[in-house]
Amino acid sequence: MAVSVEEVQKIASLARLAMSDAEAHALAPEINKILGFVEQLGEVNTDNVEPTAAVIPNATRLRKDVISDGNKRADVLANAPVAEEGFFGVPKVIE
Amino acid sequence: MTDFTDFTAGQIADGVSSGDFTAVEVTQAFNARVAAAEKLGAFIVTTPDRAVEQAKAVDSARAGGKELGKMAGVPIGMKDLFCTDGVQTTAASHILEGFHPTYESTVSQKLWDAGCTMLGKLNLDQFAMGSSNETSYFGNVVNPYRKNGNDTELAPGGSSGGSSAAIAARLCPAATGTDTGGSIRQPAAFTGISGIKPTYGRCSRWGIIAFASSLDQAGPMARTVDDCALMLEAMAGFDAKDSTSLKLDVPQWRADLSSDLKGKKVGIPKEYRMDGMDAEIEALWAQAREWLTDAGAQIVDISLPHTQYALPTYYIIAPAEASSNLARYDGVRYGLRDLPEGAGLQDMYAATRAAGFGDEVKRRIMIGTYVLSAGFYDAYYTQAQKVRTLIKQDFADAFAKCDVILAPTTPTAAFELGQKSDDPVAMYLNDVFGVPASLAGLPAMSVPGGLNKDGLPLGLQLIGPALDEQMVLNAGLAIEERAGFSAKPQEWWT
Repeated sequence: MAVSVEEVQKIASLARLAMSDAEAHALAPEINKILGFVEQLGEVNTDNVEPTAAVIPNATRLRKDVISDGNKRADVLANAPVAEEGFFGVPKVIE
Repeated sequence: MTDFTDFTAGQIADGVSSGDFTAVEVTQAFNARVAAAEKLGAFIVTTPDRAVEQAKAVDSARAGGKELGKMAGVPIGMKDLFCTDGVQTTAASHILEGFHPTYESTVSQKLWDAGCTMLGKLNLDQFAMGSSNETSYFGNVVNPYRKNGNDTELAPGGSSGGSSAAIAARLCPAATGTDTGGSIRQPAAFTGISGIKPTYGRCSRWGIIAFASSLDQAGPMARTVDDCALMLEAMAGFDAKDSTSLKLDVPQWRADLSSDLKGKKVGIPKEYRMDGMDAEIEALWAQAREWLTDAGAQIVDISLPHTQYALPTYYIIAPAEASSNLARYDGVRYGLRDLPEGAGLQDMYAATRAAGFGDEVKRRIMIGTYVLSAGFYDAYYTQAQKVRTLIKQDFADAFAKCDVILAPTTPTAAFELGQKSDDPVAMYLNDVFGVPASLAGLPAMSVPGGLNKDGLPLGLQLIGPALDEQMVLNAGLAIEERAGFSAKPQEWWT
C-alpha cells in the first residue's frame, strides 16, 4: 500500500512536523520503502496469538497515595525557552 | 611513568583502593588522552574538571579510611543519553542543545556512588536512532580502526558509537551504552570491545532519554568481560522511579565468573546462517563453536523460526514508541524553540520540531505516527506485537534445549561512513542479529573474536535466558580466553 505525498503531509501534520512540499516529495518514497519492508509481517499467521504486553513478566506496583516529590518549580522551569512569573511562556492560544 | 590508559577498569579500581596510585593521577592521564583525540568525534562535551573533582573525592575518602566503591577512581565516558545534573545532555540532537538537566539519571548516579569519575558526554546517533553514528547533530564519530593500508573512515557502529570508539582508542576503560535493537552489541563488535545488554528491567531507565521504552536498556561497554561484569553490578538494581524496573537483588556476576562450561549446552540457531553472509564471519562463528566445546560445552542445533520477522517487527514497534515518546519536544519546557513571526502555538510546535530533529528521527516519527494512526493500528502495531510474542516464544522453546545461544553480532565488519546512509533499509539490515534478543528482552553480549583479513574486528554474540546474565558472561569469558584478542588500532588520530 503506497502512501501519497498528500498522505505524507497529513502524517506530518499529525506529528507536528512542519514540512515543505519538496520535503514531502522526498520523504514519500523513503516511507514507502520502509512500509514495503515491514509489510511482510502480514504473511505471519497470528490467529490466537496474544500481542506482547510486557516483555519480561513484572508485577504492577502500588505505592502510597502521598506526595513524594515537589517544590521544584525553579528546576522545572530552568530549561524553558521562555519562563514568566513562574510559568512556561507560550504564544497567545486564545484568539 | 605508568601508562594507565592500557589498564582495565578492574585494575584501576584495585590500584586506587590499595593505594598503588591515586584516582587523580589516573583521571588526569585519561583527560589528556581525551583532549588529544578530537578527530574521533567521540565526545560531545568533555568534563575534565568535574572528573578531577570526583577523583579528589575518591582519594580523600581513601585517605580518610572510608570504604571505597567497587569502581573507585575509574574514569568513564557517559553516553549523552543519560541525564547528568548540570552537564549538557542532548541525545545528540539540536532540539536538546543547551539542555542542562536539574537531576541525575539513576544509572549514572549509581556509577558515581561506585566511585567512577566522568570524562565527558559521549556522542551517539541522534536519540539513539542509527547504526553508524552518522545521525548525530554534533558530527560523526570515526572508528579508531581502519582497514590495513587504507585511510577511509569507518563507522564505529551505533547508536553507542562514541562509547565504542572511546574505549577502543583507550580514551576511557569503560563507558555506558544503551541498547534498543543492538546499540551496545553492534558498536562493540565494530571496534573490538565487549558490551552487554542485560535483561530488560535490570537497569533503571529513569533519567535516560527515552527512545522505545519497551526495548531500551542500559548496559556497560569495556574491553574485557570482567570489566563488563564489574560495571553491570554497579549499574543494575531496583528503582522505584522506573515502573518496569525488576525488584531483584543484583547478583555477584563478577565473583561468580567462570569459563568452565562443563554440562552446558550452546545452541546454534540455523536461521542466523544467512545467504550472503561474510565468509570470515561464518568461519569465526565455526571457530567459536570449537572454543566453547574446548571449554566443556556441548553444541546443539536449535531453531528460531521467526528470526526473519524480527527486523520488520522492530521497525514498527520502535518508531511507534518513539513517535509517542518524542511528542514531548515541543519548544515549551526545554530545548529549542522556533517561533516564526506571528505564529500560534501549533505552528510553533511544528516549526520547532522541524528545525530540531534530524532526518532519521523525523523519518521514524513519521513511520510511528502512521502505524499508530486510525485505521492502520491493528494491521501494523497489533500485528507486530503479536509477532513479537512468537519471537519471544521461539527463544523460550530454544532455551528448553540449550543454556546459551551463540551467533555472530553483525553480518559484516565495520562499513565505511556514508556507505549506507542513503538507504534506510540497508542500514537497518545491519541490526538483523541484534534485534531479536531486544524484542524478547533477553540478556545478550558481544565479545571480540578476532580480526578479518583487512584488520577489522569481528564480534561474537551470546544470548541467554531472561535474568541469566551469568551464563552470557561466562560463555563470553570462555571465548575471550581462547580468542586472545589483543589488537589495538593504529593511533592515527593524535
